[in-house]
Amino acid sequence: MNKFAKLLVIIFMFLNINNDSFAQNIDELLAALPSAKFSEKEVLVSKLGDLKTETSIKVLKSLEKGTLYFLRSSKKVIYADKTEEGYILTDILTSEIIGKVKKKKIKRISLNNKLRKFTRTIIAKSSLLSQKPHIRIHSAKVIFGSRSVELLPIINEALKKETNDKVKKQIEMTQARLWLLTEDKKLQEQSLDYFSNNTDPKVQSVINEFIQNLDTEKNDSNLLMYNKAISVVKKIESDIKFFKLIENLFFGLSLGSILFLASVGLAITFGVMGVINLAHGEMIMIGAYTTYVTQLAFPNLIEYSLMISLPFAFIVAGLVGIIIERGVIRYLYGRPLETLLATFGISLILQQLVRSIFSPINRPVITPNWMSGMFEIHPALSLSYGRLYIIIFSITVFVALLAILSKTHVGIQIRAVMQNRSMARAMGIKTGWIDSMTFGLGSGIAGIAGVALSQITNVGPNLGQNYIIDCFMVVVFGGVGNLWGTLTGAFLIGIGNKFLEPFSGAVLAKIITLIFVILFIQKRPRGMFALKGRASEINQ
Amino acid sequence: MNNSQFNTRRSILYVDGVTVDFDGFKALNGLSFIAVPNTIQAIVGPNGAGKTTFMDVVTGRTRPTQGRVIFKESIDLSRYDETAIVGLGIARKFQRPSIFPEHDVLKNLELAVFKRKDILNSFFFRKKNLNNKLLGDVANKIGLGSVINEKAGSLSHGQKQWLEIGMLLAQECEVLMLDEPVAGMTDEETKKTSSLLRDISKERTLIVIEHDIDFVDSLKCPVTVLNEGSVLAVGSMKELKKNKSVIDVYLGR
Amino acid sequence: MMRSNFLSNLLKGDLRAKIFIYLLIFAGVIVPLLNLYTPEDNFLHLTDYHVALFGKYLTYGLLALSLDLIWGYCGILSLGHGAFFALGGYCMGMHLMREIGVRGVYGDPILPDFMVFLNWSELPLAWYGFDHLGYALFMVIFVPAFLAFVFGWFAFKSRVTGVYFSIITQAMTFALMLAFFQNDLGFGGNNGLTDFKDIMGFSLQDTTTKIFLFCSSVVALGLGFIVSNKFIKSHAGIVTTAVRDQEDRVRFLGYRVEYYKLSAFVVSAALAGVAGALYVPQVGIINPGEFAPLKSIEVVVWVALGGRGTLYGAIIGGILVNLAKSFFTVNFPEIWLFFLGGLFVLVTIFLPRGVIGLFADLIKYFKSKKLKTNE
Repeated sequence: MNKFAKLLVIIFMFLNINNDSFAQNIDELLAALPSAKFSEKEVLVSKLGDLKTETSIKVLKSLEKGTLYFLRSSKKVIYADKTEEGYILTDILTSEIIGKVKKKKIKRISLNNKLRKFTRTIIAKSSLLSQKPHIRIHSAKVIFGSRSVELLPIINEALKKETNDKVKKQIEMTQARLWLLTEDKKLQEQSLDYFSNNTDPKVQSVINEFIQNLDTEKNDSNLLMYNKAISVVKKIESDIKFFKLIENLFFGLSLGSILFLASVGLAITFGVMGVINLAHGEMIMIGAYTTYVTQLAFPNLIEYSLMISLPFAFIVAGLVGIIIERGVIRYLYGRPLETLLATFGISLILQQLVRSIFSPINRPVITPNWMSGMFEIHPALSLSYGRLYIIIFSITVFVALLAILSKTHVGIQIRAVMQNRSMARAMGIKTGWIDSMTFGLGSGIAGIAGVALSQITNVGPNLGQNYIIDCFMVVVFGGVGNLWGTLTGAFLIGIGNKFLEPFSGAVLAKIITLIFVILFIQKRPRGMFALKGRASEINQ
Repeated sequence: MNNSQFNTRRSILYVDGVTVDFDGFKALNGLSFIAVPNTIQAIVGPNGAGKTTFMDVVTGRTRPTQGRVIFKESIDLSRYDETAIVGLGIARKFQRPSIFPEHDVLKNLELAVFKRKDILNSFFFRKKNLNNKLLGDVANKIGLGSVINEKAGSLSHGQKQWLEIGMLLAQECEVLMLDEPVAGMTDEETKKTSSLLRDISKERTLIVIEHDIDFVDSLKCPVTVLNEGSVLAVGSMKELKKNKSVIDVYLGR
Repeated sequence: MMRSNFLSNLLKGDLRAKIFIYLLIFAGVIVPLLNLYTPEDNFLHLTDYHVALFGKYLTYGLLALSLDLIWGYCGILSLGHGAFFALGGYCMGMHLMREIGVRGVYGDPILPDFMVFLNWSELPLAWYGFDHLGYALFMVIFVPAFLAFVFGWFAFKSRVTGVYFSIITQAMTFALMLAFFQNDLGFGGNNGLTDFKDIMGFSLQDTTTKIFLFCSSVVALGLGFIVSNKFIKSHAGIVTTAVRDQEDRVRFLGYRVEYYKLSAFVVSAALAGVAGALYVPQVGIINPGEFAPLKSIEVVVWVALGGRGTLYGAIIGGILVNLAKSFFTVNFPEIWLFFLGGLFVLVTIFLPRGVIGLFADLIKYFKSKKLKTNE
């Protein structure tokens, strides 16, 4: 490009300085940069700002940081990152790495202090007015942390134009933060008002700093302000505490859901058959491994793998359960302690089987995208989607089970056997068949629990063992043969555990929970929701 | 009011307005009952009338929600647990014969005769201190003198019932509560049991729960009819057979 | 002979018990002899390793005996007996740690190595007194017995029975395991207690020490057997078995059932503690893994295999399963769990009275066959 052309461009630009519709191509602006004087650069910077594209903002940021260079040979503007062996060049438009060069091949596009400050303002302005909401939010966040009072007018302007509520909120917050940095008492007060209504943990330190500044020059006039700020901080603190509580509750609920999923199958088999199935944990393990195998079998359907796994896990674990019942447990009815031992033997065999087939090392199960990520309810409270879905899922399972047990024919028979086995048999219910169905159902649900657990814990041969004792605690705590008891028991233990954890640490919390349940059983040997009177004696 | 004071006089067991509430289901509802020393009292009633719960309340297994149980006119049984109540002198036989099948008949009776039942005593106990005369008397009385060395598990059903009654006798309690003592017995065995119980009642008080009306008739004792947790009627079997409400709920026409 | 009279007096004509005791005495004599007086290349020769190994089996036998006392005779299935074993072991381990003295890696005269490593400056209170063997031996019995007392007191008073009791004992040992894994508890955390040097001034590596420990195990097992036998043959033992069969009947005969259960449970826990204390110096380590629920349940299968409700059966079961374990884990490690699991299933279904019951049935069968042919 010759000098004449360049001059033409600059003149042209001057003519259109305040006219956005004449916004120029980024190429032309970049081409003009290398040889521009500071005064010309100012114009170019504001022109780049007007583009409001991601590339233009990136160029401006790079310029401000001092990583924007041009090649001495071709005058092409590029990004250059300094490394030990020289400068790595990146093309601005394509973001491709062009090559590595020595220092003397390139020259930095320099700025003076005034221009740098101006660039910063332009960057802020440009990104605050960008087309893309996430850029606008990000920018507002950056300014929030930057203490740049001088950007206040731009913020004000951006706020006026903003239509997206989420972005608006962020910009308002930034505005309020900047007000606090001004000398204007009225704005400061306005700011405190705003923050007392919109609490955010990030604001806490900002206001604390404000209070400290007030402290140093305490007098009557700012006493009022001082008290106000203190009350805002207090409010934020109590809000954080409150949301911490909610968060704990949420963690507790999610742990409770997991415990519920894992133990409800056990509760059913224990309730109906009076049988303690120590291989229950391995049914969960089978469910988790089914998920793993499903993901191997359908590598293209990872996003749907959990849904596909659910029926498979139910069927596989359920079948294994029925085989165990038909093959072993039915020979041991009326001998609960022997059943306990035999099923323990089965659990050892299943563990070793998995070890032999899949190796003793944990298997990787992929988490689909929709299960990951956070869900922000309040600046002080974000919940993970994974946990949220597990809570919803466990409640769905609970409702489905209730429906199965109270609405379907098999379910009603199962409950009949649960309440009075000999009477049910006298009524013509095939108790042997019901036992198999119950065991299949209980094991199948454990399999489903395994699908859920594969998302939050390691899938390995010891998976079941790690959960079995917790499952027992839930079942005996909740009371035998009562789904509501199991649900309540699971949630109480889950929540109790999570509330203890901050004070005692995870391990001690678990120990305390165990001791609590042990003591509880002394008080109510049949759990929270035990049947009283005659019915309980019959089922003993 | 002194009325209740008056009622407990001369009674060995006085159940005063007892209610047992299982989560809203009233197994017993304001039930009152008196037993006089050295008599038999029979209790009959349809299923679910509260017969077994009544026994549970007297022997301390179930606590009354309301009311009290007075033993020997002065002892409030609600302050004692099962073991202590046995110690006071009330023995109980269960509906299903519960004996120790692995031990022989003699050991079964020995377990009952044994007086000081704390663990140290029984660890250092020597056989010669046992009341052998009582053991022999009891064994003969219940007609098991000849099978004393056989395993209790190998006895016939009727013999098991007698063995359990024998264990109660060996405990030397003043009150014996018997839950269906002739259930599953042959007619011959039932007759024997009837005379055995009448014999026992010369020196002890018996409270018998039974379904077998002929057996109850043969005991020639006052009968209490329970229905839905309270007393429906009291009287001799002859009187009750004419009582319309008893016929309706229990005896049938 | 004095002793033989004494024994027959104690065992009162119980032939099998007598045979068992004589076998035990024989083992106590022959193993040291084979170790000391046979040439090393002789196939009868037992190495020091074997002496310690057999000693370990005997302690397992004692553990099985202790479990059988309450499961076989009282009907209480404890799935946490490993906890009492481990506690006894820890008490002994603490004594052995204190005996190391300045010979530890850090050479601290009082603090065991792991405490120095954790930058602790003082000995925790729980460790006081363990430098005296007498105190340690007392604690070996006292700690498990006390835990059993407290635990049993609550459980039996509130009539927690059957599978419920089994489950809370499992929870108990699980909780203890979690606790002992913590460094803060002061018992060596993950690594447990190890690197012992000597006992009563004798090196644990010496042949004579190993023989001494082996013989101690023989004596402990013998005494445990005699005491247990005495207990179950006494009136108290008859009451206890009656509790197993008809708990309510016993209660309504006027016995305080819970105290009988509690006594059996406490005695059993103390025996398990002694077994643990003898196990530790012969194996050379005790760590929280001993509290694992799996270990406790394994003990149950020893008893079930041997024959629940026969004391010698339980001991034989304990020794047999561990022989099998040694064999499999060395030669076919993958098969061991299949074997153990299968054992659980097969024994409970086909051998409810264990090997001893099987033998009894076989003898009965052949006798009746003989009678028939004679007719």
